[in-house]
Amino acid sequence: MKGDKTIKVDVLARVEGEGGLFVKIKGGQVESVQFRIFEPPRFFEALLCGRCHAEAPDITARICGICPIAYMTSSSQAMESAFGARLTGPLRELRRLIYCGEWIESHGLHIYMLHAPDFLGCADAIELAGIQPEMVKRGLRLKAVGNRIVTLLGGREIHPVNFKVGGFYRVPGRRELLALTEDLEWARDAAYDTVRWVAGFDFPVFEQDYEFVSMHHPDEYAVLEGRLVSSEGLDIPLEAFEAHFREEQAAHSTALHAAVKARGPYMVGPMARFNLNFDQLPPMARRAAEEAGCVPPCRNPFKSIVVRAIEVLCACETALDIVAGYDPPPSPAIDFEPHSATAYGCSEAPRGICWHRYALDEEGVIRSVRIVPPTSQNQGVVERDLRRLVERYADLPEDRLTWLCEQAIRNYDPCISCSCHVVQTS
Amino acid sequence: MPKMRKPKLAVWKFASCDGCQLTLLDCERDLLTIAGEIRIAYFPEASRTFLPGPYDLSLVEGSITTPHDEERIHKVRRRSKIVVAIGACATSGGIQALRNFDDVRRFTRAVYPRPEWIQTLKKSTPVADHIQVDYELKGCPIQKTQLLEVITALLAGRKPCIPTYSVCVECKRRGNVCVTVARGVPCLGPVTQAGCGAICPSYDRGCYGCFGPKETPNTASLTHMWRAALGVEKVDILRAFRGFNANADAFRKESETHER
Repeated sequence: MKGDKTIKVDVLARVEGEGGLFVKIKGGQVESVQFRIFEPPRFFEALLCGRCHAEAPDITARICGICPIAYMTSSSQAMESAFGARLTGPLRELRRLIYCGEWIESHGLHIYMLHAPDFLGCADAIELAGIQPEMVKRGLRLKAVGNRIVTLLGGREIHPVNFKVGGFYRVPGRRELLALTEDLEWARDAAYDTVRWVAGFDFPVFEQDYEFVSMHHPDEYAVLEGRLVSSEGLDIPLEAFEAHFREEQAAHSTALHAAVKARGPYMVGPMARFNLNFDQLPPMARRAAEEAGCVPPCRNPFKSIVVRAIEVLCACETALDIVAGYDPPPSPAIDFEPHSATAYGCSEAPRGICWHRYALDEEGVIRSVRIVPPTSQNQGVVERDLRRLVERYADLPEDRLTWLCEQAIRNYDPCISCSCHVVQTS
Repeated sequence: MPKMRKPKLAVWKFASCDGCQLTLLDCERDLLTIAGEIRIAYFPEASRTFLPGPYDLSLVEGSITTPHDEERIHKVRRRSKIVVAIGACATSGGIQALRNFDDVRRFTRAVYPRPEWIQTLKKSTPVADHIQVDYELKGCPIQKTQLLEVITALLAGRKPCIPTYSVCVECKRRGNVCVTVARGVPCLGPVTQAGCGAICPSYDRGCYGCFGPKETPNTASLTHMWRAALGVEKVDILRAFRGFNANADAFRKESETHER
């Protein structure tokens, strides 16, 4: 019948992890939309029980190979704040620096290898390299600079080994860090050029209303810590997360869906941070955003690629500041006495807030865990975007509409492996 | 040299964190060169072009944990000339193999409000428990240059040159002072396969065994020393061996002797 259409993508490409897409249109009306996740469950929350608090950073890192720093930071900070060992001074700066490395690496990967090919009609970055080789080379080099920071501070780029509850095992000397300067200056300029490049892409007209949720810190573009705020006026400490947000298991496929209890689906990640914390961007990132005509409120998810590029620039500027002002701390870690506690931690993973809660017994052994990764939080808005997109572009030929839907999912850089507590589709 | 058809590469994902296949994309400097020599035929994380098999070389990431994947891995085998298991999940079952020592139903209940919707196997197992694997590359995650060596060697029809000695050898080469001897830090280096470049001892901590057991490891002797000379508690020995390669034979057996 006319107006009947099914869009089905069994294996979604250029996303991290295993997911699919299913949209059913009947009589011109969208009947059902599913962003399917069939990543096998790995039960991290269960397997952490009985482990020592000190093991949490290394174990939770394995939830995601793309953003291990986010997991290591959120888990370490949870323990540190519960045991009264919050990092300050150079130790805190080193944590920020390694996090900048992860942002540069992860955003660089997404912009150049996963997302840009969509805007230029290429199947992948290799094909893109055929028409714009210099761009792809720049992207790969940018990503390599991010990885270099993570490797210097962490030992290796994926699952670094130098994270410890209370600080680090070993901290770099001043000269070791300063050696990053030249690379970072190149990366800062490359990031600026990246903003200009992606801002010139064609964006589908698709302005939407979202409730944006991110962390907010009084003094900096929040990455490591802050309160949880939203564009609808939410302003709560980390500990209150569960009172305001809920996660539900959906029968049809997917990961646990998250929602603001009072209102519904919400968006986390680059666009949320950008819209809520724009004033705190460092000067060059802010200027680049203004030149690119990308200023809050940015409500077109397809423009998230521009926001990611602005955040890469922000990370490069921040990293350069940290490197220039670094004086090694007297000790690589601070001491603490474990005791029974409920530990809360959160940080801004490249894809959005990564929230952790641990119940610890008197010896610091983990007794229960809850981890809320960014991708499962975006699940609701991803499906809503798909529905509205299909309604709006229903007349496109099926292959074009399918590609557009895929692109709409990639707007969120979904990290499906991250959705550690994920439901198996049947 | 005769002009040859580009070999076709496929990358498959099972239960894993994505880190090992990301290692391929992390070969930033060599990536375009690799793409010039090899046809990337199936690699969903990188491309939306899916070419049909057969594939000359399949890299398999992740462990087998669901009934569906138990079947899917056989399809991968049928469509591939060479199958390489990459990473701790694919070669030993990964961190998710901790369920093998516990009751998976308890695990499901702990994470999901509606456990009846979850389909999962009792155990997380390596690829080689299900199909014939041509080569296993260890590590959590695998190491970049080792990955390139494996791809190059196998496509050239030779055996990859990957050492099977312990992390200790790498420490000596780097000139590291032994963390156990000098500072009494428990280190799995003596029983763990080299490959990472001894990063943990280089960052002042003990190795945590993410490359899995080396060839013929003497784990009993190591844990005897830990207990006698370092005073390490049984529970901490158990935790040390119940890590990212908990289900690898040598580590599993050693951990089981400390269970009581």
